[in-house]
Amino acid sequence: MSGYFKELISGTKSLFIGLGITGKYFFEPVVTEQYPHEVPVMKPRFRGHIELIPDEETGEPKCVVCGMCQKACPTGCITVAGEKREGVKGKVVTQYILNFTTCSLCGQCVESCKFGAIRFSKDYNKVSERKEDFIYDLIKRLKEQS
Amino acid sequence: MNGLLQQDVNQETFTLNLGPQHPATHGVLRVKLVMDGEYIVEAEPVLGYIHRMHEKMGENRTWAKFLPNCGRMDYLGALSYNHGYVAAVERAAGIEVPERAEYLRVITVELNRISSHLLWFGAFVLDLGGFTPLLYAFDDREQILDLLESVTGSRLTYCYFRFGGVYNDIEDSFITGTREFIKRLRKRMPMYDALVTKNIILIKRLKDIGPISKDMARRYGATGPVARGSGINFDVRKHEPYSVYPEFDFDIPVYEEGDSMARYMVRMDEMEQSMRIVEQALDKLPEGPVMAAKPPRIIKPEKGDYYHAVEAARGSFGVRLVSDGTNQAYRLKLRSPTFSNLSLFNEAARGMLLPDALALMGSLDLVIPEIDR
Repeated sequence: MSGYFKELISGTKSLFIGLGITGKYFFEPVVTEQYPHEVPVMKPRFRGHIELIPDEETGEPKCVVCGMCQKACPTGCITVAGEKREGVKGKVVTQYILNFTTCSLCGQCVESCKFGAIRFSKDYNKVSERKEDFIYDLIKRLKEQS
Repeated sequence: MNGLLQQDVNQETFTLNLGPQHPATHGVLRVKLVMDGEYIVEAEPVLGYIHRMHEKMGENRTWAKFLPNCGRMDYLGALSYNHGYVAAVERAAGIEVPERAEYLRVITVELNRISSHLLWFGAFVLDLGGFTPLLYAFDDREQILDLLESVTGSRLTYCYFRFGGVYNDIEDSFITGTREFIKRLRKRMPMYDALVTKNIILIKRLKDIGPISKDMARRYGATGPVARGSGINFDVRKHEPYSVYPEFDFDIPVYEEGDSMARYMVRMDEMEQSMRIVEQALDKLPEGPVMAAKPPRIIKPEKGDYYHAVEAARGSFGVRLVSDGTNQAYRLKLRSPTFSNLSLFNEAARGMLLPDALALMGSLDLVIPEIDR
């Protein structure tokens, strides 16, 4: 019987201790980010979808169409095409399509690129109702950015 | 026949579906319950709602291409899975890993374990009806996610380890950030203790609820905190040491009671032990490369059968791979801990009240994509 009353008292006490803790935290500053008003800053290593890196002198993509990224992709979401042009060493990229619907952002393409031609973008809020909006033409994107 | 009929009259049972869309199952697990009033007669877990053929995928892609899959199985402890797979392939192909890379692996895996336990802690108390601790646990977990994001580039489906090392080196800000975080979590643990562990409602809901005997845990192959809560002193990090774990001084929390409270206490103690490992690893962190000098570009392990187990947040995760000498696996078998831990649920839940069975289920710490793979 005495155990019952002991538990009753210690149990009630534990509830008040809990209330005290939540009460203390109630008056502490808010830790959540107020999203639409505050926008998170992406970390330098953040893995967004990939984008082409322009050559500093010409502004053209650095890609030489070796096809390593296409080969390294586990889901096959990259399509690269290129052509030979007069006066340019190597191939020139004419098409670089990223099918973002199947991309799992693993970054194997960036690792496999020996020419430093692709990197992760910092885009994170991609929303659309249409599937076609997630098939990115990265050359077009590069031109729009410059 | 007569006896059977009589039994049916006396014991009227009904079938109740728990899930596949139920908040307490944390995913798409369906448990077919045969109920006698409020009491459970039979509890049959029905799996397969999120099966994605990960093992089959391992057979038709190169070794490196399977790496992102690891993070999609146990999404709360992705790095442990990453570690298990990478270590198995390294063992098969005979790739040496530099010491600094091994230390970085241990640090990130242990941080991942703490974040996984913190999420379990919040979600478990939420299952039992307490909402506030979840928010505090997520506040702490957020710090780990930020730390790991600054290293790996992602917040949940990490893929940081490569064959022969890790993807890239850490920065000094990570070391100072981790030390600060450990200091912070040490300060918060007494608060969790006072708010949750010593709370009379939690004690009443967990003490002596869902007992799992040593024998039952052994029969079903339970590992991790479930086995350690039943008095089985088994931890892969200690008993089949891998990586650089033998160099650290840490304890394996074991509780003999076997009830839900014991499993709860094991995980709470494990967080402290993980913090100890991280601290020691940061102190001892050697200089040097984080990638083997010349990892083979195309990995072709010799013909054979290889196995490597690691201690994931929920128990022993094993990778068995059979190589036929090509650049793909012939067979990739993944032994996930929660699959075994869940299989004892039927026997353990028999005769229990439904709300108590949910407390038992929560204490098993189920991650459904890991069960279904």
